[in-house]
Amino acid sequence: MKRKRTAPVIWLVIVYCFLYLPIVLLTVYSFTSASMIGQRGHFSLKNFRTLFLTPDLRGMIIGTLVLALVVGILSTILGTFGAIGAFYSRRKSRMVIELMNQIPVVNADVVTGFSMCILLVVVLGVNKDTYIPLVAGQMALCTPFVYLQVMPALSQMDPDMYEAALDLYCSPREAIFKVVLRKLAPSIGSGFFTAVTLSMDDYFVTTYTKPAVFDTISTYTVNATKGAQTEIKTALWALSALIFFIAIAVVVIANAKGKEEAE
Amino acid sequence: MKFKRSMLGIPYVVFLVIFVLLPLAVVFVFAFTDGSGRFTFQNFLGFFRSSRTIATLVYSLFVALVTTVICLLIAYPTAMALARSGFRRKNILLLMAIVPMWINFTLRVTALKEVLDAIEGNLAYHPFLNTIIGQVYDFLPFMILPLFNVLDEMDVSLIEAGRDLGADRRSLFFSVILPLSKPGIMSGITMVFLPAMTNYVVLDMLYNSTYIMGSLIGSYFNAYDWHNGSMISAILLLIIVLFSMLEKKGAAR
Repeated sequence: MKRKRTAPVIWLVIVYCFLYLPIVLLTVYSFTSASMIGQRGHFSLKNFRTLFLTPDLRGMIIGTLVLALVVGILSTILGTFGAIGAFYSRRKSRMVIELMNQIPVVNADVVTGFSMCILLVVVLGVNKDTYIPLVAGQMALCTPFVYLQVMPALSQMDPDMYEAALDLYCSPREAIFKVVLRKLAPSIGSGFFTAVTLSMDDYFVTTYTKPAVFDTISTYTVNATKGAQTEIKTALWALSALIFFIAIAVVVIANAKGKEEAE
Repeated sequence: MKFKRSMLGIPYVVFLVIFVLLPLAVVFVFAFTDGSGRFTFQNFLGFFRSSRTIATLVYSLFVALVTTVICLLIAYPTAMALARSGFRRKNILLLMAIVPMWINFTLRVTALKEVLDAIEGNLAYHPFLNTIIGQVYDFLPFMILPLFNVLDEMDVSLIEAGRDLGADRRSLFFSVILPLSKPGIMSGITMVFLPAMTNYVVLDMLYNSTYIMGSLIGSYFNAYDWHNGSMISAILLLIIVLFSMLEKKGAAR
């Protein structure tokens, strides 16, 4: 019986090592002066200094965050109302919306980005510098996931609540904003979170639609692997260390909150 | 006009038509026209006549297949261990499997590249091995999550019933647990196979050359060759539609 209990634990340890070892090693080395993993070096914060003091690097971090926020907010609004609208439409129209919503989900991001570039830039002649192709492209990528998060919450909601609010002399607008949206808030929140993560992770739509001078973390890192200065390369280690710390902080906070709720 | 709740969906429908349907329609038009806008089969035939593009298609299918199988073989026991072993902190462990997904994938691949560099000395020595390691590293969480979801929600009484009826551990797994987890396997495969076929950045970052379908689009894009790029996109779209239909069929059975 003992084998049964230890084998899964050992397996989990191996898999988690595979998933985490590279990130953890890079995080450790980001605090040293080494320019390669395995190289000897002393403790140093120069990578973090470079990360925050190089205008290029600072610009692309801020650019990534602003873009993710804008795309996140717009996608969340569009997807939430889209889901509400589809939910209360006739069966047939809902199925059509559902099908269209599924396209960017299963489609390859390369194709989504390329097709957006063909339509907006090549056919319609929209200038990439307006950021319109970039924002529209990322929204096409993110909004379907907001829709998919909000939809299940809608079907679990008490269907009479909206009518009850109207009977209590709410205007339809108040009933939607004060009753329905409030009830949906948790899934709208997780939809927003998904949209922001997708936007920050995206490489393909961004490359095909971004202005030439604009870079996100993804596009910048990919270019940097093709022969950037060592200083820039190791500054990116500091960036991944930073993101890793933020992710861990989120887990710790979620854990603490979960415990609180359990008590 | 009286307000109806279905009207709230109008902006999204308009958005979907303009920014999802229309771009794909334009891609199909571009795939079958030439530079002066005349209808042509040239791009289509060109794709199947060139040994370079055909080899790329075959190679990407092969890479995607190997990646998916290895992900499945690693993720299934992992999801099973997470779901079944009754750890007190099951949710935290699951969260830990998902956290890598929050870290920008290009930064994660950078980390992997540095480690592989340190181990192997030169990445060019084992191109295929590195390709698979890179892809598995990138996509593994996407396979663990759906498998965990089905295995965690699986009705334990069905497994107990099997055991009461005299099934040994082997047949319990192959005739009860595995068939019941099929929806999770199916969605895991979709989440890994298609991206593994098209995501060329992982390989591009590991060593500056790739033979993946997606990278063809990238090279045509860089050469401003919209028509051939559209043809590759159209072919990828057809593969995706075909794959989704197969998946639906598999899940329904």
